[in-house]
Amino acid sequence: MARGRIRAKLRKSHLYSFCLFRSSGSGGQSIGGPGFSRTVYCNEPQVLNQKPYRSNIISTTKYNFFSFLPKALYEQFHRVANLYFLGCAIASLTPLSPFSPVSMIAPLAFVVGLSMAKEGLEDWRRFMQDREVNSRKVHVHNEEGGFGKKTWEDVRVGDVVKVEKDQFFPADLLLLSSNYEDGICYVETMNLDGETNLKAKKALEATLGLDEDDNFNNFKGIIKCEDPNPSLYTFVGNLEYEGKVYAIDPTQILLRDSKLRNTEFVYGVVIFTGHDSKVMQNSTRSPSKRSRVEKKMDYIIYVLFSVLLVISLISSFGFAVEIKYSMPVWWFMRPQDADEYYSPKKPVISGLSHMVTALMLYGYLIPISLYVSIEVVKVLQATFINQDIQMYDEDTGIPAQARTSNLNEELGQVDTILSDKTGTLTCNQMDFLKCSIAGIPYGVSPSEVELAAAQQMANDQEDQGELKTLVASKKEKAHKSPIKGFNFEDNRLMNGNWLKEPTAARIMLFCQILAVCHTAIPELNEETGNYTYEAESPDEGSFLVAARELGFEFFQRTQSSVFVREKYTASGKPIEREYKILNVLEFTSKRKRMTVIVRDGEGQILLLCKGADSIIFDRLSKDGKLYLEDTTRHLNDYGEAGLRTLALAYRKLEESEYTAWNNEFQKAKTSIGADRDAMLENAADMMERDLFLVGATAVEDKLQKGVPQCIDKLAQAGLKLWVLTGDKMETAINIGFACSLLRQGMKQICITESGSEDKQEVKEDILKQITNGLEMIKQENDPHAAFALIIDGKTLAYALEDDMKLKFLGLAVECASVICCRVSPKQKALVTRLVKQGTGKTTLAIGDGANDVGMIQEADIGVGISGVEGMQAVMASDFSVSQFRFLERLLVVHGHWCYKRIAQMICYFFYKNIAFGLTLFYFEAFTGFSGQSVYDDWYMLLFNVVLTSLPVMSLGVFEQDVSSEVCLEFPAVYQQGPRNLFFDWYRILGWMGNGLLCSLIIFFINIIILYDQAFRAEGQTADLAVLGTTMFTCTVWSLNCQIALTMSHFTWIQHVTIWGSIAAWYIFLLIYGALSPRISGDAYQILVEALAPAPIYWQTTLLATIACTLPYMAHIAYQRCFEPEDHHIIQEIKYYRKDVEDQHMWTRERSKARQKTKIGFTARVDAKIRQVRAKLNKKQ
Amino acid sequence: MDTDRERHRARETAFYLFTQQSLPACKPVLTPGWVIAIFLFMGVIFIPVGLVTLRASHCVVEIVDRYDIDCVPEPSRMDKVSYIQDDSIPKNCSRFMKVHKYMKAPIYIYYQLDNYYQNHRRYVKSRSDKQLLDGQKYHDTSYCQPVESNNNRPIVPCGLIAWSLFNDTFEFIREGAELKVNRKNIAWKSDRGHKFGKNVYPFNFQNGTLIGGGKLNPEIPLSDQEDLIVWMRTSALPSFRKLYGRIEEDLDVDDVVVVNLMNNYNTYSFGGKKKLVLSTSSWLGGKNDFLGHACVFVGCSSLTLAIIFVLLHVKYRR
Repeated sequence: MARGRIRAKLRKSHLYSFCLFRSSGSGGQSIGGPGFSRTVYCNEPQVLNQKPYRSNIISTTKYNFFSFLPKALYEQFHRVANLYFLGCAIASLTPLSPFSPVSMIAPLAFVVGLSMAKEGLEDWRRFMQDREVNSRKVHVHNEEGGFGKKTWEDVRVGDVVKVEKDQFFPADLLLLSSNYEDGICYVETMNLDGETNLKAKKALEATLGLDEDDNFNNFKGIIKCEDPNPSLYTFVGNLEYEGKVYAIDPTQILLRDSKLRNTEFVYGVVIFTGHDSKVMQNSTRSPSKRSRVEKKMDYIIYVLFSVLLVISLISSFGFAVEIKYSMPVWWFMRPQDADEYYSPKKPVISGLSHMVTALMLYGYLIPISLYVSIEVVKVLQATFINQDIQMYDEDTGIPAQARTSNLNEELGQVDTILSDKTGTLTCNQMDFLKCSIAGIPYGVSPSEVELAAAQQMANDQEDQGELKTLVASKKEKAHKSPIKGFNFEDNRLMNGNWLKEPTAARIMLFCQILAVCHTAIPELNEETGNYTYEAESPDEGSFLVAARELGFEFFQRTQSSVFVREKYTASGKPIEREYKILNVLEFTSKRKRMTVIVRDGEGQILLLCKGADSIIFDRLSKDGKLYLEDTTRHLNDYGEAGLRTLALAYRKLEESEYTAWNNEFQKAKTSIGADRDAMLENAADMMERDLFLVGATAVEDKLQKGVPQCIDKLAQAGLKLWVLTGDKMETAINIGFACSLLRQGMKQICITESGSEDKQEVKEDILKQITNGLEMIKQENDPHAAFALIIDGKTLAYALEDDMKLKFLGLAVECASVICCRVSPKQKALVTRLVKQGTGKTTLAIGDGANDVGMIQEADIGVGISGVEGMQAVMASDFSVSQFRFLERLLVVHGHWCYKRIAQMICYFFYKNIAFGLTLFYFEAFTGFSGQSVYDDWYMLLFNVVLTSLPVMSLGVFEQDVSSEVCLEFPAVYQQGPRNLFFDWYRILGWMGNGLLCSLIIFFINIIILYDQAFRAEGQTADLAVLGTTMFTCTVWSLNCQIALTMSHFTWIQHVTIWGSIAAWYIFLLIYGALSPRISGDAYQILVEALAPAPIYWQTTLLATIACTLPYMAHIAYQRCFEPEDHHIIQEIKYYRKDVEDQHMWTRERSKARQKTKIGFTARVDAKIRQVRAKLNKKQ
Repeated sequence: MDTDRERHRARETAFYLFTQQSLPACKPVLTPGWVIAIFLFMGVIFIPVGLVTLRASHCVVEIVDRYDIDCVPEPSRMDKVSYIQDDSIPKNCSRFMKVHKYMKAPIYIYYQLDNYYQNHRRYVKSRSDKQLLDGQKYHDTSYCQPVESNNNRPIVPCGLIAWSLFNDTFEFIREGAELKVNRKNIAWKSDRGHKFGKNVYPFNFQNGTLIGGGKLNPEIPLSDQEDLIVWMRTSALPSFRKLYGRIEEDLDVDDVVVVNLMNNYNTYSFGGKKKLVLSTSSWLGGKNDFLGHACVFVGCSSLTLAIIFVLLHVKYRR
């Protein structure tokens, strides 16, 4: 990044010497005491050996080689279902088992083994990631006196390391020196706190001399400091160096995971390593999240467990009765030789032990393979998400990533999105777009909002003929700004044309303010010959670029002067002007303005000021209000267009006036004491008065690509969007306008704190505001009215208290958009929790910085924006995308699909296991409740593993009710998820009922058909094996046909799995029948010899299959024809290709499928249309 | 070369389509037209099939004679159990079966037991397939509990099933002449060939204090003991028929068949019925109307549904 540029030779620190580096004043009082016991011998690793601190190896893995087995097993058997199956597997080794042990143990081993393998694989990935970090290289001072490369894991406490530009710090370091003489270095702490601006660190004066490799040979020192702790912003310790003790404060500490920027190299001593470092102490393991569907699935499992218990009880009771009364007369069973289990003398014991048998026998009601199938399916779904080319960002080369596969279906049920602003909705890049100078607006390029609105209106022109002309004027050709930070277009100002304007003097002044009133540093880009600017805020950068483009190029800064080159002058020759800087009154959030006092070339002292319009307007002199009215109007327009505005003003100062003030100011500056800040502020305030308003700027906080469109689509899909930002209220509101969360005509409910000292009073005031807001909403008659709630952080702190939060939430959910500004990371998490718990709906949090981590972890789904450098948010997230706009596809397409897939899959799973498991129970009643299974052990083993698992998995992975394009065109289809149409109890019980019906049909058809008569022309009667096999065939056919009916999307994969499963059953029978009868028993050659030649077998299969699927088919046919759901209609339209033939109807359906929205530009355009219509009506 | 590259490209495209979840797919939609057509089709298929099946079932002639009570002499009927357990009383008994419809050979002879839990878990498990195949060479008879050995010597065939072998016998006489009953090939061929050893002879069978059912001729290998083989195919339901033999002569209407039977088997203690069944068979097997009825029912339901959907569709056109 830095190549091709020459840094202005300058001791950067001097720029900041006005106010940076206020000493923190924390003394080393408690050093050596408890909590402050750490002693670091600098550059003496051998001393360190006596006092071992943790090494710099980090490990984020859950298991190690030895603990994997016990720990992972424990995790697995934590699940109730698995524990139950474990119990069954153990019981299967006793004679109580109705099955052979292998048929119980094998599936369990498979399921547990697979889950463990997955765990292991994930842990392996973490291990590899750790290893990558641990094996990064850094220069470490070695005993030979030079600096050699060492891996991070070998870095020890006390080592002296040299970190170069753009490298990460390997551990927490004490800064000794940098390439700058004064020991300054700049670090980027993106990974720690999400802030993108650079922070300056400064070494102790005493160690400044240590700025070359050779100086360290004799360097010795002892650092005594606090013990490892997670506080990022404090540090207490001291350095004993050359016989003196120096206090160390946080400005000397370089934290691990932050990055060295704009500094060639630094030297530092390692203080905290590995897990002792502050960032590692801060890391919390992200909480494991489970989706709603899965939680509900647990309830279904409980229901099935109850059913299982009930039928087991019935069965045991029946068994006990049979044992007591029938067993004695069943001579063929030799009751006199019976063991306890069958002994008629002890029916209670028999009944109890039969309970165990029954619990195992009917275990098929609880689908053992469900968990593992879901796990596999979700991993595959996640792979599809990762592979989706339409969520792949070509600019950065980063695809979307499902970092956990647990929450795929939750994506389809999101109700509220909580979004960060900077870096998420916006790129954190400002473009200078418009300005108003001396009451005249300049700048013709439209903002994105205007563009998008124009486009949308053009799309809808069909219906709104009268709006067409309105749009046409605004319609804009594709426009791309080649200059970063500058999107201004107006021939009146560009290329020096401003000289011809009547207000040229004012324009020049305006540009001077832009070019001089700042704290930025210019950098020459050698390739282009242009200057770029390193500014504190992107706003400032864009002003400088604008000034440059308008002909006022700021090209040099010295410690006391700013140099500006004026390209266009009356004489036609460029002039370089020097402005001597006398004072800088910095921008703070409280002052909301920035002022510089300069002396220009002619010796004139000027005060140049830029600031928030409200602040500046209060400080104008009488004649300074010349352009006030016009400017105010323009500012309102800019605000509506979603732009950030600042007002510019100036004042000429007399020499004497300045000197008097400066004395006052210097006095305040040098004073010591608590009221220093207040004094400084007063002094500044005195000067910043009687200003003359020059104009205003409008900067576009550049939204990320496609954000307004995405928000619009999400709104159409019925999602609510809350913006939680650390920005100030004005900015947040601007962005609200920019991305159509707010619009003119929307009623804004601003809740602010009164500023009173009394806490109680403040609270009451806020409560009153909330109540008023609610009243206002209640009394609103206009159905189109929309409300926006805007609240700032301080107020939010009160509103989130227990006694108020529900009321606040009540108001918030009534509002179409909610914007919370100036919120701390913790408040973001609290708001998220409030929404999650208060509404009980699914929340999704999206953000990019470390300040969003809390929110991301708290929300049901956390989405991180990857691509920018900080990875903290991504690491904490469940999904990561590189652009906000991909959220649309992630939710509306993948979320919708995954939700439906998983819901249908689970329903089907229960259906199939009920249909199968219950036949066992019915048959039991015909065997004197003895626990004899009608099916061969092998059939049962294969049932869940091979014969019915693949089709349902293909349903779970590949099913698409409608194609992705349709999902995007009909966002309303998404609402099926949040309304949980596919996994409500009605549907679940419906499927269970279907399973019950199916089991009854299969069982009774079979036992009545294969009753006592011959089932073949050759006179043989049906035995247990024949009945079991036929019944099983019917089951395999019915279940697979049922899933074919459930699916609506058949690729070859579905065909292969469904029909392949059925074929597999016959193939298995053939193979099993061909094995020696020692293994196959009664199933020996059963298909070839007994069943296949019997027409009755095939006929029964056909009959049972059709009879089982007939009710379901009638149901879905009825539903589709007479109570169709959204996707049914769309499918039909697509099927008949009506979208191609009847464009009009297609469009109509599409607009019908939108949710009624109050936010997004669809809503905005609608509002505009209503407005225009109202006007037209009035005219008529 | 070119074809290779093309194939490679085709494979790549297919993979791309797969990862993008846009493989070519068939998306059938159950439109009203299809629904009606499918229901009609099922009706049209199932009703004739049902009728044919019913016809086949009706062609089968079946004579059932319950003999368990009538074969106990009047005085013993109060205590049938002690009658059947008393070896000194001769158990022979004669029954008359009147043929009400022409029966074409082969006529299958079944014995039918009711309320006999051959499918009880304790009973079903009590056998050793390995021993049946390998005889005494196979020593592990623990599966055969509680009939695994006697006098410390293994029993072949072991287990409850073999021990409780059915041992009533039947002789058929028509118009004074004995009807030839073919008792060969009544068991599955695979059972005879591969499941019951050709060199395995009954050993130590029914030698204990408790005698269950029939005895076996120790001279005949298990593979030829077809009664045993049939018996060892445990039935699925507590009421079952097992094949006894075949009469290979036609029986005319009004023929009277005299059955001389030995009523040896004890079903009295648990109140089980014993029946003798003579039945012809059709291509579908024995007499069972249910399949036909069920097919007709499903067919009719389909047709009805088709009609309902037509009506609904006409009335509430979307």
